[in-house]
Amino acid sequence: MTNYLDFEKPLAEIEGKAEELRAMARANEGMDIEKEAAALDKKASDLLVSLYSNLDPWRKCMVARHPDRPHCKDYIAGLFTEYTPLAGDRNFADDHAVMGGLARFNGRPVVVIGHEKGNDTKSRIEHNFGMARPEGYRKAIRLMDLADRFNLPVITLVDTPGAYPGKGAEERGQSEAIARATEKCLQIGVPMISVIIGEGGSGGAVAFATADKVAMLEHSIYSVISPEGCASILWKDADKMKEAAEALRLTAQNLRELGVCDQIIKEPVGGAHRDSIAAIGSVGRALDGMLDQLKNKSRKQIRDERRKKYLGLGTKGLAA
Amino acid sequence: MNWITNYVRPTINSLFSRRELPENLWTKCDECGTMLFHRELAAHLNVCTSCGHHMPITPRARFNALFDGGVFTEVKVPEPIADPLQFRDQKKYTDRLKAAQKQTGEKEAMLVATGEIGRTPIVAAAQDFSFMAGSMGMYVGNAIIAAAEEAVKLKRPLILFSAAGGARMQEGILSLMQMPRTTVAVEMLKEAGLPYIVVLTHPTTGGVTASYAMLGDVQLAEPGALICFAGPRVIEQTIHEKLPEGFQRAEYLLDHGMLDRVTPRAKLRDELIGLVRLLLGLPPAIAADLPAPAAADDSAPDDAATPEAAAPKAEPAAASAKPAAKATKT
Ligand SMILES: [Zn+2]
Repeated sequence: MTNYLDFEKPLAEIEGKAEELRAMARANEGMDIEKEAAALDKKASDLLVSLYSNLDPWRKCMVARHPDRPHCKDYIAGLFTEYTPLAGDRNFADDHAVMGGLARFNGRPVVVIGHEKGNDTKSRIEHNFGMARPEGYRKAIRLMDLADRFNLPVITLVDTPGAYPGKGAEERGQSEAIARATEKCLQIGVPMISVIIGEGGSGGAVAFATADKVAMLEHSIYSVISPEGCASILWKDADKMKEAAEALRLTAQNLRELGVCDQIIKEPVGGAHRDSIAAIGSVGRALDGMLDQLKNKSRKQIRDERRKKYLGLGTKGLAA
Repeated sequence: MNWITNYVRPTINSLFSRRELPENLWTKCDECGTMLFHRELAAHLNVCTSCGHHMPITPRARFNALFDGGVFTEVKVPEPIADPLQFRDQKKYTDRLKAAQKQTGEKEAMLVATGEIGRTPIVAAAQDFSFMAGSMGMYVGNAIIAAAEEAVKLKRPLILFSAAGGARMQEGILSLMQMPRTTVAVEMLKEAGLPYIVVLTHPTTGGVTASYAMLGDVQLAEPGALICFAGPRVIEQTIHEKLPEGFQRAEYLLDHGMLDRVTPRAKLRDELIGLVRLLLGLPPAIAADLPAPAAADDSAPDDAATPEAAAPKAEPAAASAKPAAKATKT
């Protein structure tokens, strides 16, 4: 069962019609509908291509948040072997919004860390919708330290609406935890690669995505604030999220132009959620390429270049 | 007041700039409602004399009170590209910027300066909440990097006063990127073995708290300052609960182990001098060497009779009411 997004309604209608025809044909022997159904299929696939080759920023947000989009755990299952989750911040708790541990990528030991949003009500609650608390960032810090000590590359998979705005999270130092995680990203002397697989929500994303290479899936987003939040502050009207999404320049394409994103990973036609396996495969190839670009660099070189990259950000604006 | 600026060095003339001239001579304390005369308020660094409520203070007024004799040299901040996203909400970002510049008389939301406190050379940076809520965009990021580079070059500690509603949305992802950028600046200080002291002032929130403002070697805060990542309203909307009294205020954070000290503004200067000298292994500052702090001057109401006396009152070295004499003192 496909979960259609609002803007995919015309597509849903065509696909529904084709489905209906075929169901009718199954019920009435001898009824020849295949030609008609095939025409509808063609129409649907053309529409899909045109819809997705021209997504406006707000539509991108919806695709990036699509419930069927492959999540962190899907990428870990598909791309890594011997994934060994490591839990806890040694202080307070284990944050289930953040997955992480040791694993092998193409046979090579790495540390992998990511936000997991969950994909049904139960797992979404368990993972707190991918919104980490201080424990999550502190777990990530611990894992980055581990990677640094044993010379293992760090791969992060970013998919979060943002850090959790809760009472306990604030009391336990949400800001400090995020600041320290970002600091750790900048301190480690091993390759650090991030892929924004869905939503890169503000500081909660920066804490994982301050990396040598930041790749973004074609329809992922990365922003200082959600379009809804921005709309309610600057437009004083949460319904102006389309305008806000436009103004914030939060698409992978905009971020590539601004130098924040190093590489865009193409998604299957119709978005990663229409073909998870293909999307996961593309991410795997991109990771492989990025790791390759970072090999044979000394610890110092890697750290210095990472810092230089961030210091140098912001020299490029968008073309008028 | 024009005659004064002719005598005073540009770096210390700020007290006479237009923004410091109150249209309205009285300010109502937003905590206790007491009406405070502007001279009295300035003499107490914008702290209510009735209830101790800390009101916002501009970076220039703060530096005038912080640095010995009110003397400091501004550090030049590299200019970022203007309006990188061509951002427009109900207004154009460039128009909002211009309005803030006009209203504050400042170029941007952070001031960086070098000077001495208690004869101890430092670099200081202060965020200006009155300039677009002190929001952190590329300029603020550049300012913090410039401050750190200057501190490393001069081998001095950096003292940073934070005040911000968070990242500047109008610079989109580039404002968010100031989190890692400013963190690189903090790393420079750490690697050079230089103290980095943060004074969190009201309010410090969002991406600012979640980067350079929480990475100090020593974390101080002014009383009553709101310090948080997510603001109280957002949290209440998320958890549908009323938050406890004093939640996310400086004292609350101190109780929860998130700060080293909460220090009233009047005592901040002495405390910073002490901390910096302790961290640098220097002997204690000699009290006799220090200019008399302005806040200790109780004769304010008498002097208020002559308008010329008003401005110098806010300065620590206000021993003399003659600005011309004072400017040449140091
Ligand atoms: Zn008061």
